[in-house]
Amino acid sequence: MIEVFDLVKEAFSYSFMQRAIIVGTLIALSSALLGIFLVLKKYSMIGDGLAHVSFATVAIAVFLGASPLLVSIPIVTVASIFIMQLNEKAGIHGDAAIGLVSSFSVALGVMIASIAGGFNIDLFSYLFGSILAIQESDMYFSFALAFVVIALIIFFYNDLFAVTHDEEFASVIGIKTKRMNYLIATLTSITIVLGIRVVGTLLISSMIIFPTVTALQVSRSFKSTIIISSIVSIISVTVGVIGSYIFNFPSGATIVMVNAIMFVIFLAAKKIIRS
Amino acid sequence: MTKLLEVKNLSVSYGNNQVLKDVSFIIENGDYIGLVGANGSGKTTLIKAMLGLIPITKGSISQFGIIDKRQDIGYLPQVAVTGNTLFPAEVHEVVAVGLLGTKKFPKRFNKEDDNKVNMILKKLAIYHLKHIKIGDLSGGQQQRVLLARAMVSNPKLLILDEPTSALDPKVRSDFFGLIKSINEKNNTSILLVSHDLGSIMKCSKKIMLLDRELIYFGSTEEFSMDESFKEFDHFGINSEVHS
Repeated sequence: MIEVFDLVKEAFSYSFMQRAIIVGTLIALSSALLGIFLVLKKYSMIGDGLAHVSFATVAIAVFLGASPLLVSIPIVTVASIFIMQLNEKAGIHGDAAIGLVSSFSVALGVMIASIAGGFNIDLFSYLFGSILAIQESDMYFSFALAFVVIALIIFFYNDLFAVTHDEEFASVIGIKTKRMNYLIATLTSITIVLGIRVVGTLLISSMIIFPTVTALQVSRSFKSTIIISSIVSIISVTVGVIGSYIFNFPSGATIVMVNAIMFVIFLAAKKIIRS
Repeated sequence: MTKLLEVKNLSVSYGNNQVLKDVSFIIENGDYIGLVGANGSGKTTLIKAMLGLIPITKGSISQFGIIDKRQDIGYLPQVAVTGNTLFPAEVHEVVAVGLLGTKKFPKRFNKEDDNKVNMILKKLAIYHLKHIKIGDLSGGQQQRVLLARAMVSNPKLLILDEPTSALDPKVRSDFFGLIKSINEKNNTSILLVSHDLGSIMKCSKKIMLLDRELIYFGSTEEFSMDESFKEFDHFGINSEVHS
């Protein structure tokens, strides 16, 4: 026990671990808050689709020697809007629209990696996440993102609730539903791009889906879902990052495992409460 | 009676497909109109055009007694009652949404709004469900909650799109009775879309029969006596009322 405590203390002494915990917590908070709207609007897999797009954008950035963050954020944002447009204007359903953009992006990423002579370490670290890759600039971006997401929830709480529960009714009472949807999609894109540093493109969607689905097992109101999912998400990332250091596991996979364990606990709690 | 809303020569097309053609009618204060027609006759399109949810190709919709559409028109959409049972919202949260139309940024609810929510819940006899999760309610109870949401702003016109389609006969009959009493006690105008012609003819004062064009718009009494409307199978509507 003392040994584990010492390892945790040691983990916090490293600046890369401090950065990982700070960025991870901020991304956990943002992804959990946005996840509520995406999951309840049956748009959960947009996170997965955009993560695949970010794989392509990182491949482009690595190939060009540019900053992955600066290349990825605008392109992934445009991709999220494109997915919504495919859904609204071309009549292609959400999951199919995500599938189209997602598979095209992976193919593009693989082709670029192939032209560049295969997968290098940089690109590989974005696939599964690497807390060593987190830089100071990620921290500032994460702070800004979390600030905007929290402000969005505070100022547009009732509108977001109305749009999520019944979009048609929300339109009738004059809420700009499209604007709300695009705002959520844009913020999700930025969250994904920042989050792939921590958990990787293959697992980032779990940070959007797991906390909300876990919270839904026990929450009764919208507010309690927001609070529970945020707490679950922050605990999962913190425990996951520290656990990955202690047991020498990959950080992304450990975070997802903690999330999965939390889900099972909440599911069991729901069964017990109901019985 | 006071004119509330006038629809003049309304046409709606989706591409080359004309869904509504030259539909004209007037809704007056205290009206209870049953909107009937077969599937694909344009009932929902008409309602959506009136609510501004879809663009109209031709014609006009003029408001008279209605000053602010977001407050003066209450809407109960066609919903699957078995919807998302996991949706985390208590009844009072859902009902309060009906007050958002008149709120200014940042749209906060106050004590007066809470009172309005409580009042409508009591009026519809669902106050005891106030803190229950909406997904835990029965179909009929959910429908009353959504009706409360539509009515909480005290609208002059209530538009209901097939509100009873997923309900069992007993609950359906109760629901029609409730709408009738709202019309009679509050003088709220009602436009109700239904396939259940038998029930709608017992409650409504006027019938609007749609088959992409307006086939009939007039009193329910005259409609029931008109020989030419006795064969409803042509319109694909339940004709039990005439048997």
